Amino acid sequence: MLRALKLEPEKCTGCLQCEMACSYENEGVFNPSKSRIKVFMFHDTGRFAPYTCTQCDEAWCMHACPVEAIVVNETTGAKEVLEDTCVGCKVCTIACPFGTVNYNSASGKVVKCDLCGGDPWCAKACPTGAITYVDGDHTGLDRMRAWAQRSQPVEASFNTPASKDVSSYQRA
Amino acid sequence: MHHVIIGAGPAGVVAAEHIRRLDADAKISIIGDEPEPPYSRMAIPYFLIKQIDEKGTHLRKGADHFAGLGIDLVQDRVATVDAAGKQLSLAGGGSVAFDRLLIATGSSPATPPVPGVESQGVYNCWTLEDARNIVSLCQPGNRVVLMGAGFIGCIILEALASSGVDLTVVEMENRMVPRMMNEASGGLIKAWCEHKGVRVHTSTKVEAIEASGGALNVVLSNAETAGADMVISATGVRSNIGFLEGSGIDTDHGILVDTHLETSQPGIYAAGDVCQGKDFSTGEYSVQAIQPTAADHGRIAASNMAGMSQVHQGSVNMNVLDTMGLISSSFGMWMGVDGGESTELNDPGGFKYLNLQFADDLLVGASSLGLTDNVGVLRGLIQSRTRLGEWKDRLIQDPTRIMEAYLARTQAVGFNAYVV
Repeated sequence: MLRALKLEPEKCTGCLQCEMACSYENEGVFNPSKSRIKVFMFHDTGRFAPYTCTQCDEAWCMHACPVEAIVVNETTGAKEVLEDTCVGCKVCTIACPFGTVNYNSASGKVVKCDLCGGDPWCAKACPTGAITYVDGDHTGLDRMRAWAQRSQPVEASFNTPASKDVSSYQRA
Repeated sequence: MHHVIIGAGPAGVVAAEHIRRLDADAKISIIGDEPEPPYSRMAIPYFLIKQIDEKGTHLRKGADHFAGLGIDLVQDRVATVDAAGKQLSLAGGGSVAFDRLLIATGSSPATPPVPGVESQGVYNCWTLEDARNIVSLCQPGNRVVLMGAGFIGCIILEALASSGVDLTVVEMENRMVPRMMNEASGGLIKAWCEHKGVRVHTSTKVEAIEASGGALNVVLSNAETAGADMVISATGVRSNIGFLEGSGIDTDHGILVDTHLETSQPGIYAAGDVCQGKDFSTGEYSVQAIQPTAADHGRIAASNMAGMSQVHQGSVNMNVLDTMGLISSSFGMWMGVDGGESTELNDPGGFKYLNLQFADDLLVGASSLGLTDNVGVLRGLIQSRTRLGEWKDRLIQDPTRIMEAYLARTQAVGFNAYVV
């Protein structure tokens, strides 16, 4: 059974341990700017959202690559960049609609999450369980269902937040 | 069932492989007229700077990749298409019968209407053969005039400049890469190139190319004349449709297709640079001539050829370009739409620029310069037609927050993430 990264932003505290672990594992340095997983900050609402490649089935990056430098790892299901083959043309960086393939000007190649070969360090480093590596079937159904139904506001049973700007949006 | 594909570029190769995935028994042939194994023109700039060898440009690396998939590679040029008789005649003599045909013949460099453009010493930069010629002629001290500062002109600048030639760029429009960049960002690319020691003339036409001794004189519309040992012509490309005259296959700038990428002749499809396919942003049919669209077309045409109906929803026109290390990208309606709104971040000192174009609260276009992180999400926001809501105003305040906008509007990032 393929496993996948399950990202739960509501558990994220923005500590950036995942970025530190990713950059150290993959680049040999503790440098969040070199991390393949990024924590996006919503300071005005105190929210944090870790995000990286979902290893999507469509694999836009892989299909757009002109030199067959992105391949599927049959063991992990990850779409991996073959550094020796990548010429650095960056077509995959504009093809990926999730913005999770990035160009590294130092190496002249592109980088993306490869699930650390099946043992992702971001998940191991996350102290709050916001990033877990779980059975691929268990990553998103509840979340997708909740998200799809969000237009019917859910009565919160405690600490009702001041504004739920997303749910109050009215389609024209 | 014999599937014949004319053209061994990305569209043709992707299509052949996809047909094989869908039909294990079909006979598949690719007819290409270049002597090399299928290769990528996208990789040529990296061949020019000797980062890769010729094999590094090949679309597929395995020596027996195509044989292994049962795909025949035929080196020949198709002379005529008999659509009714389902037959191709080849320039090398002989003919090929087909059941389904994919025309993926790509495009060729346009020849600008300049007297003397046929002179010896004027080269295109399009094929591997062109690239070999340029490598051999780019000797230190040689004078090179690059005609056209579009995508191809800009992407080979690094290779030309690093070979030590004395380089002059001439562009007719008022800025560099006019089909990708507006005046602000195109102007920044020019400043960047000049900073790197390249002479750039914009709003300047080449009036004539004259032979003088063993060299060339390039007469410019600004009354200057540039001496040159080599002129590289990079003034755009045109779809290769000439051989279809009289075939009954309707053409305009490229081959006209429906949303299944089928041409006016049943059973005959088109893909890639030769295909005038649907543009996601405008809904109109145009030739995009970009790699991701070629791959999209190839896959969708292949599905339809193999009998699995698939509709092409339109491809987002987009590009990414590296001009001597300054990276730019553009997406969709980057030049904006009537009645739309826009925002820009302009940092000329830092060679950074970002421009977002909105219609209502949808992102419809974007262009960026010097910013490469997460740029793909611009495509995602455009193509998914994600309603930005209050995030539109936040992006107008700070256009760099594109990832936050995408996550906030598409992912469960809310209070308790709405998972109760």
